[in-house]
Amino acid sequence: MINAVSALTGRAEAPDSAAPPSVGPDPLAIAMTVNGAARSLQVEPRMTLAEALRGPLGLTGTKIACNRGACSACTVWLDGVPICSCTVLAVEIGTRRVTTIEGLARGDALHPVQAAFIAHDALQCGFCTPGMVMSCAALVERQPDLTADDVRAAISGHYCRCGTYPHVVAATLAAARTRKE
Amino acid sequence: MASDDKPHAERFPFGIVGAGLGVVTRQLPPDEPPPLAPNADLAVIGRPVPRQNGRAKVTGATRFTVDISLPGMLHGRILRSPLAHAEIHGIDVTAAARHPGTRAVLVVARPDELTGATLRYVGAPVAAVAAVSMVAAAEALRLIRVDYQSLPFVADMDEARNATAPPVFDAASAPAGYASGFPARLNLPLDGNVRGPATDGRGDTAEGFAEADLVVEGEYRTQVQTHCCLEPHAIVADWRADGLTVYMSTQFTAGVRHELAEAFGLPLDRVRVIVDGMGGGFGSKSTLGSYGRIAVALSRQAQAPVRLVLDRQEEQMDSGNRPATWQRLRIGAKRDGSLTAISLVSYGTAGVALGAGVGNVAQALYACPNFAAAQYDVFTNASPGCAMRAPGNAPGAFGLEQAIDELAERLQLDPLTLRDHIDPSPVRREERRIGAERIGWRRRHAPGADPGPIKRGMGVAQSLWGANVQTNSACEVRVMRDGSVEVLSSVQDIGTGIGTVLAQTVAEVLGLHSEAITVRIGDTEFPAGPPSYGSRTTASITPPARAAAWRVLRPLFREAALALNAAAEDMAVRDGRILVRGDSGRSIDFRDAAARLRTDRISAVASRSDDYGGFRWRMADAAQARQDLGGVQFAAVAVDTETGVIRVERVVAVQDCGRPMNPLLIESQVQGGVLMGLSYALFEERILDRHTGRMVNPNLEQYKLAGACDTPAIDVVVLENYQANSATDAYGIAEPANIATAPAIANAVYNAIGLRLRALPMTPAAVLAALGKFPARS
Repeated sequence: MINAVSALTGRAEAPDSAAPPSVGPDPLAIAMTVNGAARSLQVEPRMTLAEALRGPLGLTGTKIACNRGACSACTVWLDGVPICSCTVLAVEIGTRRVTTIEGLARGDALHPVQAAFIAHDALQCGFCTPGMVMSCAALVERQPDLTADDVRAAISGHYCRCGTYPHVVAATLAAARTRKE
Repeated sequence: MASDDKPHAERFPFGIVGAGLGVVTRQLPPDEPPPLAPNADLAVIGRPVPRQNGRAKVTGATRFTVDISLPGMLHGRILRSPLAHAEIHGIDVTAAARHPGTRAVLVVARPDELTGATLRYVGAPVAAVAAVSMVAAAEALRLIRVDYQSLPFVADMDEARNATAPPVFDAASAPAGYASGFPARLNLPLDGNVRGPATDGRGDTAEGFAEADLVVEGEYRTQVQTHCCLEPHAIVADWRADGLTVYMSTQFTAGVRHELAEAFGLPLDRVRVIVDGMGGGFGSKSTLGSYGRIAVALSRQAQAPVRLVLDRQEEQMDSGNRPATWQRLRIGAKRDGSLTAISLVSYGTAGVALGAGVGNVAQALYACPNFAAAQYDVFTNASPGCAMRAPGNAPGAFGLEQAIDELAERLQLDPLTLRDHIDPSPVRREERRIGAERIGWRRRHAPGADPGPIKRGMGVAQSLWGANVQTNSACEVRVMRDGSVEVLSSVQDIGTGIGTVLAQTVAEVLGLHSEAITVRIGDTEFPAGPPSYGSRTTASITPPARAAAWRVLRPLFREAALALNAAAEDMAVRDGRILVRGDSGRSIDFRDAAARLRTDRISAVASRSDDYGGFRWRMADAAQARQDLGGVQFAAVAVDTETGVIRVERVVAVQDCGRPMNPLLIESQVQGGVLMGLSYALFEERILDRHTGRMVNPNLEQYKLAGACDTPAIDVVVLENYQANSATDAYGIAEPANIATAPAIANAVYNAIGLRLRALPMTPAAVLAALGKFPARS
């Protein structure tokens, strides 16, 4: 079933008139828009978006830590909405825009959340950081006025074993202030 | 400037800044840099410099081991025991070897070898495959046929202590000492599954208890905690005819190189270990491990690079854990609080490994003339434990610091007053004073005094940890003719930011900004650095970094002196310039001095000298400073007596680590220690099914970790405590910051509800059971 994915972004899918085509187990060619660029790749139907990003697309900034949607390390944006890329199949993406940690900065100019993470030391080992940054950046993008509780809620699904949460909250609040100015 | 080539006396800052900073005279060994001023007088050291690799980490550019991909790389996977105790009578790997995509098959538990034929825990490695993809490797594993004979087993520590329990080992097969990479005392007797006791003592506890006006006694229990590193244990092994290169998520590149050389019969110079990004270790990535050996053996067999990454279930089941403990403490005291005797009996289990003691807090935290301890390891059919952030002392402090809290109440003394009386440390005295003020200790009320269903309370607990040093630690500093500077060591950055601290150290000596220093670490091609465990990295590697920078500066001083028509011994550095001391009008740019060098590159290598005041002890490459590391933590909690939920509202952590090198990075680490302690106190527990020996929560959703919404406000205060012991006088912080949190929370819970929770984790069910509202867990 490659068309039953409407709940992913909270948006309705175009109804599929025909019965879904049967695919797999062999790889099939798909196209995807990643960080603004059209990419073509071969994926097995069972390959997750996280695996496709890290493997054939070579974007290893996205991390896999639990591989079952429990830790949010693999967070990327799908049409601007943070999702766990380990719980989405690559073949489901279709025309939706994928944004990964590698696509967040504009050239050399870091996203304000990225810059604030450095300034506030909102990272230690850095393994949860790409996912954490993606969730915090999405929050700052969609909601200019933030409270600490908003940030905590936005990252409540993210695990950081180094315990960076206090600095993550401080950094995201600072980034939101920068963004407003 | 005094002559450097022989020892001479120097005056060093000594004591606590703001609480009696003084001066001490020490013999400075030859070729060591002069005493370093307190942080207030320095330009780079002690400043909150953002970490150098921050940009790479926030853009996804950092290369972790799991991100390494080599041409022709194969994927390894391990077949693991489904049984808690079994003998293997046969393994047939023919079909797996024939599977398309398979490139190597390894039998780990060989039936023809007596010692390898028995599996003792669920998840023990049985065999392994390397194949062209992860999927192919998993498919091949399923084709391996194993003839297991199930044996009786015991997964529960209390059951394992019974004389009738199935034996996990016999005398011949039991591990003797350093089996889990964490030291256990050698040559102790084994009786059934119980090994020990390891004893400690002084004075006469019988006499001490006879003298006591009051005795408190209690039993405390702590659970198994797993490390839950976000980056799994990972290795890429590349065996080639001319040598072995290993990329590994490790806390000790130089140590893994030694282990590999020994395990595979290679000279050290043919083994290279590399780690760039390192996604958390907390003790569990201290050694090569079985998965490391397996990956290298597969690579050797396949003649190709092999990547082996544990999945989350394997991480939870077999990548180490903090052992469970049970301890009984008795403390005798006089009316004024003076301790007369402490006795400690503990049983702990690290599964099939050793090292499940409760550390040295009861022995060493307080003045007490009479002490006796008997600590036992209990073998169970469970995966091997290993060191985890403050091994021993974290569970030990959970018991001791509650017992001291209880004693204070029985003596009708404030817990801080009692500690002022029995704790000889001037450092912790100052920490108690600062922390009490910050948390508002004088507002603390009597236990259970809040009228409503939500009851608030405050608690305090203390920490003790050794100031560890690795003497086998070296660092190189290079200056290029264009004035660029590199610092090199095999030391690895596991998230602490040690690379940034090295850059600060070198920059301070050379009068440069820390961003001007290029840091090259995490590679055994560089001088051997220390491990990142035992809170010893900063203490071990920053002194040689300063010494190397100081030595490499001398040829530059000579060039500058020639250029400025001055004497080399009158040179000093400031803001990127080399100048004549006392005549800042005469100076030369650092780069211009470098341009005058005879060769393109000059270099100096320094190793860690002994502490100037001598070590407390030294054994092979490891040593311990004479002073301890401490820390005092205060917790404020709210307990909902209807739901049993404990919320930690605030923690004040007052810590010491000698000279604080970078307050920004230290604050991060202390917050991390507090959060790991809070998570240990309230949420985490590895649960084994005692009927199968399997872990029932081998993931990150049923194994509960503290998240952002469980995080209290955390105030971090770090003392500057100078001891005149090395070129930087800096020590570690990671472990001391993790010891006091759980007992501080437990003491705060007692203060809130008037009931003492003596077992971890302190779940809502445990709170309700204590309140008599819910049946206690059997």
